[in-house]
Amino acid sequence: MMKNEMHIQFSALSQNESFARVTVAAFITQLDPTMDELTEIKTVVSEAVTNAIIHGYEQDPNGMVYISVKMEDDFIDMSIRDQGLGIMDVEEARQPLFTTKPELERSGMGFTIMENFMDEIEIQSQPGKGTEIRLRKHLSKSKMLCN
Amino acid sequence: MSLTIHLEVKKDVLCIRLSGELDHHSADELREKATKAIEDYEIHHIVLNMEKLTFMDSSGLGVILGRYKQIKQIHGEMVVCAISPAVQRLFEMSGLFKIIRLEPTEEFALQRLGVA
Repeated sequence: MMKNEMHIQFSALSQNESFARVTVAAFITQLDPTMDELTEIKTVVSEAVTNAIIHGYEQDPNGMVYISVKMEDDFIDMSIRDQGLGIMDVEEARQPLFTTKPELERSGMGFTIMENFMDEIEIQSQPGKGTEIRLRKHLSKSKMLCN
Repeated sequence: MSLTIHLEVKKDVLCIRLSGELDHHSADELREKATKAIEDYEIHHIVLNMEKLTFMDSSGLGVILGRYKQIKQIHGEMVVCAISPAVQRLFEMSGLFKIIRLEPTEEFALQRLGVA
């Protein structure tokens, strides 16, 4: 049984998107994930952080993005949080290809990718207060052991 | 690692070769450079070579879809080539293969557009 966690916070600047995904990837490397799993984690972190920057803070760099990652054995539990505008209609936001910012050439695929790449996603959002995305995933090591 | 964008014009085809990471941060530069090249060189078709792309997320899908729409207006075609399994998954998830053709290499892509 190994428990480990980390917390980071950074300005809502687009250049921090790669910092965020690389940092989370580096942290979970100790669980010996496959290359596919590492790519999936990096992608979902990028999606959630980009949402916080573009939609939560509308690119105001004074906003802060908070990431917590907890792991226990082969289980990863991530939280990506902002204190921005919040999402008016979460169900609508989760629809594939839905975007409130087509003028910024957003694909509307962020939540669909997060749902596909992770085992579980939980979205908590309050208009005017912010959004927290919880993403959970079991790495494949235990699946192999269980079989 | 940031994104490196290499552009080459072959007749009416714009070859876009990407290396590095395509996310929201780097998508802006790609959008500006590709849009300008399409307008400046009377481009009709786009070949997007992603052989050296090491990371892409939905912001990449957005900028690719944006350029597709841009050349669609002038009845052009977009062909992507040399994509990684990870990028292929994103394309499949978003249905982009219904409108954008995939070829294994840049050579095949250029042949397809009749400029190889």
